[in-house]
Amino acid sequence: MTSIAQKISNFLFFRNNLFLILLLLPPVLWLGIIYFGSLFSLLLQSFFYIDNYTGLIVKEISLQSYRDLFTATNFDIILRTFLMALSVTIASAAIGFPIAYFMAHYASDRAKPWLYLGIMLPLWSSYLVRVYAWKLLLAKEGVISWVLDKIHMTWALDLLLDSPVLGGPSLSISYYGTFLVFLYIWLPFMIMPIQAALERIPRTFIEASHDLGGTPDKTFWKVIFPLAFPGVVAGSIFTFSLTLGDYIIPGIIGPSAIFIGQAVYSHQGTAGNVPLAAAFSIVPIFIMCIYLWVAKRLGAFNAI
Amino acid sequence: MLFSKIFGKKKYSRKASWFLKIFAGAGILFLHIPILFIFLYAFTTEEKSYQFPPPDFTFKWFPIAFERNDIWQAIQLSVEVATFSTLIALILGTLAAAAVHKTKFFGREIISFAVILPIALPGIITGISLRSAFSLFDIPFSFYTIVIAHATFCIVTVYNNVLARFRRTSMTQVEASMDLGANSFTTFRYIILPNIATALLAGGMLAFALSFDEVIVTTFAAGQQTTLPIWMLTELIRPRQRPVTNVVAVFIVLITFIPIIGAYYLTRGTDDVMGGGK
Repeated sequence: MTSIAQKISNFLFFRNNLFLILLLLPPVLWLGIIYFGSLFSLLLQSFFYIDNYTGLIVKEISLQSYRDLFTATNFDIILRTFLMALSVTIASAAIGFPIAYFMAHYASDRAKPWLYLGIMLPLWSSYLVRVYAWKLLLAKEGVISWVLDKIHMTWALDLLLDSPVLGGPSLSISYYGTFLVFLYIWLPFMIMPIQAALERIPRTFIEASHDLGGTPDKTFWKVIFPLAFPGVVAGSIFTFSLTLGDYIIPGIIGPSAIFIGQAVYSHQGTAGNVPLAAAFSIVPIFIMCIYLWVAKRLGAFNAI
Repeated sequence: MLFSKIFGKKKYSRKASWFLKIFAGAGILFLHIPILFIFLYAFTTEEKSYQFPPPDFTFKWFPIAFERNDIWQAIQLSVEVATFSTLIALILGTLAAAAVHKTKFFGREIISFAVILPIALPGIITGISLRSAFSLFDIPFSFYTIVIAHATFCIVTVYNNVLARFRRTSMTQVEASMDLGANSFTTFRYIILPNIATALLAGGMLAFALSFDEVIVTTFAAGQQTTLPIWMLTELIRPRQRPVTNVVAVFIVLITFIPIIGAYYLTRGTDDVMGGGK
């Protein structure tokens, strides 16, 4: 006598497509309804607008909220966030590349797992705790000031903080602080993909380049860097996208000028202007779409 | 040129230049030193400021933090949320990985894209989309809205780990089992499950760590509930007892290190990708 389980099993075994659909249905329904449904409702709400007199949301299609994005204050927010994301991305690529290069090409087999864990632990460990740690370091009476004082370099910090726009009363209340914390938090996101890309370059390619008379500079620029570039782009997608949307770091460290994430947060919360908040949050999606499109056009995805 | 200094001299050599060694070492230190200061500050006697060096050291903040009820409640909620979201992510992530691995069907790329998207787009997008959907359908904020939000971005860690494992599992065992007359369920129980068990465990641990630590999406999906990261964020913005916050931070670091190191050892020496970049 065949059991029910056997019957179901036989039934499904000869109907591959049905089995596939059964496998796919739960995750597709979940992501489709909950995630993409929500994204769609966000997009929809960004076309609503708020009535200036009643303060109520008018559920009619209009571009009012998008027009509001281009007022001087709001456009400043977008520009500020964009420039921060750009500088954080460039800096983390510049710092991350040599670290990844060392890990992939020079670290001994014994050191490799330790280096890997050394990048992995900060990447996965608590985001808030690490932001908090920087508050301790950057505060006026904190660690960095103390160290600079001990080595008689306080003047350099003062000089830095005196600079227009970027400076401020202390590191924790200036753009330097915000930049440093962003760089610190997202750096592992840059190192990991570059390291993975470098790891995949066969050593024979490098040796071949050398045998053909390529100098280290030439080998680096003609062989290693082009092959590792997709890794840099993959990393930059993370650093760029995450900086565009973060509202916690600029809220805790930096001047009072706000970023896109904070604008979204305050408009949906205290200000009660959900359509404008929705329009604001479309900005990072829009920028990321252009970013991914350009990356694809540059051929960055071909080598992955 | 600068690059010859950084990446080696005349010849391609197997040894790194001093510059590169020091740079890489400094980079790793840069990633860890801030966390060490959290440990130091948990013992400070200074309550009001972030003064360095701490005037004196004490153990008293540990029992004080231990007796705070609000902290325990936050921990409890975080553990419950992480447990439920991990379970959902385990089921959905495994199903998605099995489907993607099994066949090349139309829209396969879309599935892998859809699974990664909630983590690749900034958290605030996921957060505000869910919030706007909840309010559109008048769904009240509760424990479940947090779980729904967390499960959505946790699927990817399970998916990545299980898919990588499927890719290097030989299917001959499955075929042999079927040839010997076992049905799909028996085959799943005795062949597939043992093969993917450690990948499931690793993916689940990372999903747990991810959920336990998440704050941005949580602020949008939670009403009055306080998870541990939300508690932490409130203390950062409006500090009550700074040293107690330091103690909790130390606790969070220690707690999240366990699953990360565990997942690392479970997937070590394989091509399994832990998170595919959080």
